[in-house]
Parts: sequence; structure tokens; C-alpha cells
Amino acid sequence: MSEGLSRPAAGHVPVLGLGDVLLVTLQGDLYDSTAHRLQQDLAEAIARSRVTGVVIDISGVEIVDSFLGRVLAEIAAQAELLAARTVVAGMRPAVAVTLVELGLTLPGLRTALTTEAAMELLARPVVPPRSGGGREGGP
Amino acid sequence: MPEHEAGGSLATPAHEVRDFLRRRREQIAQRWADEPLFRTVFTASRDEAVEAGKAVVDALARVADAQQVEDPDAAGFSAVREQLARMGAARSRAGLSNTQVSSELAALWPPAENLLVAESDQASPEELRAWSTTLSVLLGTLRLVAMQTALSETQSLIDRQRLQLLEVATPVIKLWDGIVAVPLIGTLDSARSQVVMETLLNAVVDQHARFAILDITGVPTVDSLVAQHLMKTVAAARLMGAECVVSGIRPAIAQTMVHLGLDLGTVKTRASLADALGHCLHELGTNIVNAAPDGAGRR
Amino acid sequence: MHTAAGVEARLPIRSDMDLVWVRQHVRQAAAQLGFGLVDQTKLVTAASELARNTLVHGGGGLMEATHVRAGGAEGLRLSFSDSGPGIPDLERALSDGYTSGGGLGMGLGGSRRLVHDFEVESTPGSGTTVRVTSWATRPPRQRGAV
Repeated sequence: MSEGLSRPAAGHVPVLGLGDVLLVTLQGDLYDSTAHRLQQDLAEAIARSRVTGVVIDISGVEIVDSFLGRVLAEIAAQAELLAARTVVAGMRPAVAVTLVELGLTLPGLRTALTTEAAMELLARPVVPPRSGGGREGGP
Repeated sequence: MPEHEAGGSLATPAHEVRDFLRRRREQIAQRWADEPLFRTVFTASRDEAVEAGKAVVDALARVADAQQVEDPDAAGFSAVREQLARMGAARSRAGLSNTQVSSELAALWPPAENLLVAESDQASPEELRAWSTTLSVLLGTLRLVAMQTALSETQSLIDRQRLQLLEVATPVIKLWDGIVAVPLIGTLDSARSQVVMETLLNAVVDQHARFAILDITGVPTVDSLVAQHLMKTVAAARLMGAECVVSGIRPAIAQTMVHLGLDLGTVKTRASLADALGHCLHELGTNIVNAAPDGAGRR
Repeated sequence: MHTAAGVEARLPIRSDMDLVWVRQHVRQAAAQLGFGLVDQTKLVTAASELARNTLVHGGGGLMEATHVRAGGAEGLRLSFSDSGPGIPDLERALSDGYTSGGGLGMGLGGSRRLVHDFEVESTPGSGTTVRVTSWATRPPRQRGAV
């Protein structure tokens, strides 16, 4: 099911299919356009492959500003509309401190310490979301 | 300082002193090298001490040249500030008080003064007094510069130690696989809460902790600033994928918080560290059951 | 003592590629001046926000990085200037939630919290300059080197 999902090209972030989950690994410093492209690619990939989860590994990301924060929040929101849960994994302490100081606590975002923890989280039965929105409930 | 510079009769005392310093640079530095201040700091070789002495003489000559003998901020001193700081620090390490270092600096004047007097036998007593006064003012200013530098060194040492103390005062305890606790004791100011936050978040990464407990039993008061810091720490931990529970909210504190209208928002709180640990274990799927059949049983 | 080589720079801000250069320069300069990891990250993030403002709202401009020193502390001053339309209501622009260009509205107000000093000068019709300064709170590592 991974055919066509990863198209590594200049300015592209590869999207890897792992069973029911799409895994995206962000590395280093992203161009705004690359982040935008990823957001589109993911929406298409989720719709096409009907995965139930997306894991975005940001352990290799040194800064998240409000732009990238918004992209992550939007990816999660659009995945939710397509019945997939998104987990952002591996945020570094310095990045977390900075985001909070910036005023960006991203309350709607699911998070995990590592990609393994994120996979575990997605494997667990769906708990009804606490605050409205989302259509979790399985197929 | 008579015979040279025929046209220099109108020179100011500062310029006379400048010329004297330049002319006697080598001798002054040689004599200073035998003074405790230089002798004990530059121990590698006597030449090293002499070179250091020359650097100071040069700086003094520059300051005299600029007619700034009374100005501790004179640009001429900047070249030797670092050296003076090093000398002062070395003497303090040897156990000398600032006053003692200061009198060692004062001891640099007589050798220079003797040289000045020795070569000025043809000058009038007034001239000699003027030069000698200028030289002593200049060396007094040097002492001031050295003391200033020493004080700012002391300040930065205090800052460094304060920071180390902050780090030491924030221990991280691993309570269970995946659960760490940070007990806080004392007041939480901005600098301290910054250290607490970083310590806790780093512990989360290092220990792969899904849960972090911030125990504030030892914090005397919780005001809106402290509440804000707690919320920030909890929010940052959540972004990393860990849950942070605040425990140890004593009844009096709970009362004040309600009274002040402080809202910890979505922060999970527990009365005691034990309760918080119980909550985390439960979430991890580990339940503690009393062995006794009539015990209170599962939490 | 530190040298300023590699710290001071003037970088153009004309595309999102330039934003990457700005972030990398600020990161490297802050590291060189002895900023701790968290302080580096805060300053780089603030620079990214401000540079994006310059690009998106100011129509492009310039970042200038300067090494500053006060009382033995090492600092980095960043100045972002554009000759765009300016900010009509500064106070509102500095409050959280205000946005005119589709972000989360954290740009100015948020970056102010990430730095030690923050100044904005804006003249409607002729441009905006934002100047921020941060200090390395930890003394540069040179223990025992006295």
C-alpha cells in the first residue's frame, strides 16, 4: 500500500506507509513551501490509503515557530476529518518550552514521547474525545 | 627630567609623567616584577612578570598621554583590564582579601616614585611635587580600576554560583518506570521556575517518562506568577507527550488559590505525592493492591 | 573573550529560503556567544517569526545581527526592517490573537516574550523596524580557564 506514497524529491518530505499508519519524519530546517506541500500530500495520502493514524516525528526539528505549529495543527484537524488520528512525536524540550512561551500550546494536538509511543497510542482503542469535534468511532 | 626635549618646558605634569613612564618602562617593570603582586601571580618566569609590568606601564602612559589620570574609565586602561582581573583573581584565590590586594597594588607606587625622584634631581621642588602627585594619582586610579574589575568578577562568580545552586536544588527522582518526580522546596521566582521546567523536561526525555510529578509541598505560597509557571511547565510537558501532575497542594494553599481566583486550567492536581503516584500508576495500567484481604483494596 | 567574527551579519529577507538562512545564522551566532540551548531556541524562533513578518507584511527587507556587550554579558541584537505599509495600530498588533496575514496571531506579541528586549518603530506608509536583544544568561563556559 505504500506505492506512490513516498515521493522523495527536492523540497519533499517522504511519507511512509506502515500498516494502518502513515509515518512522516521531519528533519532539520523546513522551507515554508515544503511544509505546505507536506500538508497537501498528507491529505491526499490519507484519503487514498484510508489509514487510521498519522505519526509525525519531529525529534529532528530544532525549532517550531507559529507557522510550523499551525501546519501541524491543520494536518491534525484535516486528518481528523478523514477519520485518522494524528500524533506528533518526539518534540524536544527546548522546542516545547519555546512554543509555550510563544503562547502556542496546541491543545487539540495528540503528542507522544517517541514514534514507538505514538504507534502504541494509535493501537489503543479509541477514547471518545473530551472536547467536541473529530469523528473518532472507527469504520 | 630636564635636559631632553628643549621645547617641552610647557608640558603638563601628566605629560611629564607620561614621558617618565616611557623612558623608565624597563626599570619600573623590573622593580615591579619583584613586588608580591607580580612575583606571586606570574610564576612561570621572571620575564613573564616583567612583561606584565610593562603592559601596565604602557597603559599608564597612555592614560597620562590622554590627560585622564583621574578617570578610571579612561580608554587607556582597557588593554590591561583583563590582566588586572586575572591578577586580582589569583591573589583572592591565594586567600587575600580585597583590602590586602589593594595594598599590594599600593605597593607599586614607591618603586616608581623612587625612580622619578632619582632622575629629577635638577627639577625644582615645585615641579617634582607636581609630577610626584600626578604619578600617585595615576597609580591610585589604577588601583580603582583593579578593584572595579575585581568586584565585577566577584559579581559574575556569584551569578554563576547562584545558577549552580538552582540546579542542585532541583533534584529529579525516578519513582517508577516511566514516572519521574521533581519536589520543589522554597520560593519559585522566574529564574528558578525556568530551571525547574528545563530540568523536568530533560528528565522526561532521559527517563522516557510518560508522567512527571511536580510536587509543591515545600513551596510556601502560590501566587498568580507561580500558578502561571506551573501551567507553562504542564503545557510544555504535554507538547512532548508526557503528562505532568501537580501534587502537594496543601489545604491552606488551595484556600488562597480559590480566594485569589487562581485557576490552574486543565492542570491535573492531587493533594499528595502518593495520590499523584497512584494516579500515574493507574494510567500506566499498573494497579497497587493491598496484600491484606481486608485492606482498602485497589485505588 | 569572544570575537564577533561570524556573529555580525546583514541578511536579506526576500523569500522563504531566506528565512532558513536567518534561522541558521541566528542559531550559530547565539551558540557562539554562549547561549544555552533553550535561549538559542527562543531567539531563533523569535527571529523566524519576525523575519516572516518582514517577508509577509513588509514585502521583504533586511535582518541585521549585532554583537552587544554589557557588564560582562554577551548579547545578540537583531534588527528586522522593511519599507512596507507599516503597522497602523501597534498596540493591537502586539496583543495576542491579532493577525493580518493568516498565522495563529502569535507573531509580534509572541516573539516579544521570547527575547529580553523588544522595540518596534513603525511609520504607516514607510516601513517597520523591530529590534530585539537577548543575553546569554549562562556565563560562557570557561570554568577554570581564569
